[in-house]
Amino acid sequence: MSDHLFVGKSIPRTIEADKVTGKAVYIDDMKRPGMLYGKILYSRYAHARIKSIDTSRAKKLAGVRAVLTGRDIPDARVGFLKDQTVLKKDVVRQFRDEVAAVAAISPEIAAEAVDLIEVEYEELPAVFDPFEAMKEEAPLVHEVDARGRPVKSNMLPLPWKFEAGDIEQGRKDSAFVVTDNVSTTWVNQCCMGTSGCIAEFDTSNNLTLYNQTNVIFGHIGRITEYFSQIGLKGKKIRVVNAIVGGSFGTKLDTDIYEFISIQLALKTRKPVKILFDREEEFQALPPRQPAVFTIEQGCDRDGRLTFRKCEAILDNGAYTSWGATTPSVMIMPMSSLYRVPNVFFKATCVYTNNIYCQAMRGYGNPQATFAVETSMDTLAEAAGIDPLEFRMINRNHPGDETPMRLKITSCGFEECINAVKEKLKWDEKKGKQKGRGLGMASLIHVAGGARVTRSDGHGMVVKVDEYGHVDVIESGTDQGQGSPTVITQIVAEALGVRPEDVFLTFGDTALALWDAGTHASRHTFMAGNAAVRACAKAKKQILDMAVEHMAKIIKGGFKRKKRKDPDFVEPDLDYGLIADPENLDIRDRMVFPKKDPDHPYFRIPVSQVLREGLLGSGESKVVVAEAFYDPPTEMLDREFKGNLSQTYAFGASGVEVEVDEKTGEVKILNLVAAHDVGKAMNPTLLLGQIYGAAYTGVGYGLTEEIKVVNGRVMNPSFRDYQMLTAMDVVPIEPVIVEPMDEDGPYGAKGVGEPGLVPTAPAIANAVYDAIGVRITDLPITPEKVLAALKEKG
Amino acid sequence: MKKVSVSFTLNGYPVTAEVPVTWSLLKTLREDFELTGAKEGCGVGECGACTVIVDGDAVNSCLYPVFEAEGKSVMTIEGIAGEDGTLHPIQTAFLENNGVQCGYCTSGMIMSAKALLDQNPDPAENDIRTNIAGNFCRCTGYVQIVEAIEMAARKME
Ligand code: FES
Ligand code: FES
Repeated sequence: MSDHLFVGKSIPRTIEADKVTGKAVYIDDMKRPGMLYGKILYSRYAHARIKSIDTSRAKKLAGVRAVLTGRDIPDARVGFLKDQTVLKKDVVRQFRDEVAAVAAISPEIAAEAVDLIEVEYEELPAVFDPFEAMKEEAPLVHEVDARGRPVKSNMLPLPWKFEAGDIEQGRKDSAFVVTDNVSTTWVNQCCMGTSGCIAEFDTSNNLTLYNQTNVIFGHIGRITEYFSQIGLKGKKIRVVNAIVGGSFGTKLDTDIYEFISIQLALKTRKPVKILFDREEEFQALPPRQPAVFTIEQGCDRDGRLTFRKCEAILDNGAYTSWGATTPSVMIMPMSSLYRVPNVFFKATCVYTNNIYCQAMRGYGNPQATFAVETSMDTLAEAAGIDPLEFRMINRNHPGDETPMRLKITSCGFEECINAVKEKLKWDEKKGKQKGRGLGMASLIHVAGGARVTRSDGHGMVVKVDEYGHVDVIESGTDQGQGSPTVITQIVAEALGVRPEDVFLTFGDTALALWDAGTHASRHTFMAGNAAVRACAKAKKQILDMAVEHMAKIIKGGFKRKKRKDPDFVEPDLDYGLIADPENLDIRDRMVFPKKDPDHPYFRIPVSQVLREGLLGSGESKVVVAEAFYDPPTEMLDREFKGNLSQTYAFGASGVEVEVDEKTGEVKILNLVAAHDVGKAMNPTLLLGQIYGAAYTGVGYGLTEEIKVVNGRVMNPSFRDYQMLTAMDVVPIEPVIVEPMDEDGPYGAKGVGEPGLVPTAPAIANAVYDAIGVRITDLPITPEKVLAALKEKG
Repeated sequence: MKKVSVSFTLNGYPVTAEVPVTWSLLKTLREDFELTGAKEGCGVGECGACTVIVDGDAVNSCLYPVFEAEGKSVMTIEGIAGEDGTLHPIQTAFLENNGVQCGYCTSGMIMSAKALLDQNPDPAENDIRTNIAGNFCRCTGYVQIVEAIEMAARKME
């Protein structure tokens, strides 16, 4: 395995050079002929009845081409639970509700026109707290469900309940039991490139949606459904991605602005672009799902977990996107982070008049892991066991099957915990420094796909032209994670060419084979496996060609030599060496016999074989191969059990903090991020994933928070939303653990999300070690630290 | 809308723009000159994605009124590679050290770094961090960006 030319090497991101020269075309930079600019008018109330909308002044503004309200378009319902329409006609249920939209010849005119639309509202009683919203007397956010049936409660009809083993038995087996209440809040994904798309119809009403989604085929499904409701059934939809300026979960769902651009394009018969400004991105983009947990855990005298019981309340906001499905991912750490025999988890999603939520890096895992890892620390303390030792006792092992029926294969968990111990000098420092503290937390995450749709497949097409250039049609999305480089490395390795021979086309549904999406940290694993398989097929075709043509090419060479030099004597060669494709190989652009790779005559450029195969004598052939990789995993059953991923990632974060008891400020002195990645495909790029995720995790732990007051986002700007800057120095020490996954491409597993997951709880646990007070509500702001210290006295 | 005529040097060439008086330098670069490397990450001077160099200093071009550019020298990400297309050492360092992920912040980041290195060829880590404090990046955690700038400084010596 060690003789790889490209895999495992820190190949630079040269294939993405357009990103350092300003040539990369993002959705912001894209223009289509005749393109108009769309702009949305949002609600002025958190809950109100729309009495009237007057668009006459907006329509009269020069340069305006269309003004739409809910009365102008079909009443089609969209979203995960079909609980909203594209433009709201009668009732608004949150501040970000889309009330009207304009298309104009410039963004400025569109904005001016939006300001000219007059809406009269009648305010309705609203509810902003999920606990209040669960009460019987609470105002209903929705009076009827998607089918028009009256609704009695704000609680969503979602079945998030998981049970395994016997909690009561677990309780009986416990020597120690603890209960904690923890909560997490809304955070914005903060993609540096804001949301946006261009919708364009051809003459026959087929749609091209220029986009930046990480699930290109998911969009097709949802828009197809929408089309069937608005009279466009059977029309072709093509999604084409621009370069994506960050994704982090925001591009998973089809958002309302996308449907609006479709409606405006349909109305005007022109391409229509909608691009959010930053304020809109903070106000109208669904953020990470907040959650409130009550978690109870027990262990026996030896520190072995006996049970884990947890109930979660999720503020769903006014409508339902992927945020409401985060419990399906929370079940994973709840049931499977550490060995725990008896598990109960229940999550209730509650409608409120707040903003609604979607996915963000890690999905529900960071929230749930914050709960589990807070409880692990308090339970270790109750049992009188060192928290790191406590985690070591309960760690997962290779070969385990968890209560959720996850099958653990490769598992470098133990090494990760040991790395934290060693790098932080745990035994020396833990609990022994005033004002400073150590803390740790771990993670489990899907790392070999995630079967959340019936197919978890990833298709890939590889074609090799007569010059040896390889076109790869990638069905995934490059959202910055480094896939263009990593997939290039895999293709070059598997096919025997060089990275500079490989050209990737990402994100075009008309070209690509189906893919479940670049989410769930699945891309390297899935696309890598598809690439290995497609390249094996293409290579076979080339080797067959070689068998057909090599002898002829070589003999032709001899003939030419003879013409030039009559004294040349043709060597007596054993052509049997190159008569069977099984005996040939390709490496570094050369074809050669496996038995004699440096053969003086039988080592020829692969491009020569390819040209002869296409343009030489004999049947003309092209080289093209596809592979559709869909691992033998399971969809979760009704009880939310099943092995949904082919492999799992493990990791542990250890943090040393210093807490200033006067200011409440928490400073991170060291952050050890140990990750089991299977195999590092490109160590430099891998570090980038770990650093980036850990930084976002630190923000989640310490600073980031969308402040929502009575449904309104109060800090919709970078100035007021505290994302970390280069001045927030976090010394990160990554540790890479490589157990080589037998199902991963060259041994690799997914790593995109894991770095974020354990960071915030590790910080919280370190803060506790430093000051003896536990902050259970993220983020851990100086105000909360001071308040907690004051309470402690 | 009232227009202004502004003449300045853009990536080494003399140019004149006739654009609405309210336009920013960013808007002019992107719309009038179709130089879309500089990005609008916020439009209000908070993120640095729009950074270009004016007379040697890095500025947020989203806040920079275009008429202020009169007579000045403006350099954008499109203008820093050699005439034969050879990448600037900062560009190469960003590719080699993974200073770029999604790339949205990258043009601004590189222009900030260039302004710094042109003025201070041997910056300490803290100088680099201070210099890019106004350039936000969500992908990288800044670590490999800072390293890339250090790497470029060494190469440019
Ligand atoms: S776009 Fe200029 S600072 Fe953000
Ligand atoms: S590379 Fe994505 S924001 Fe910096």
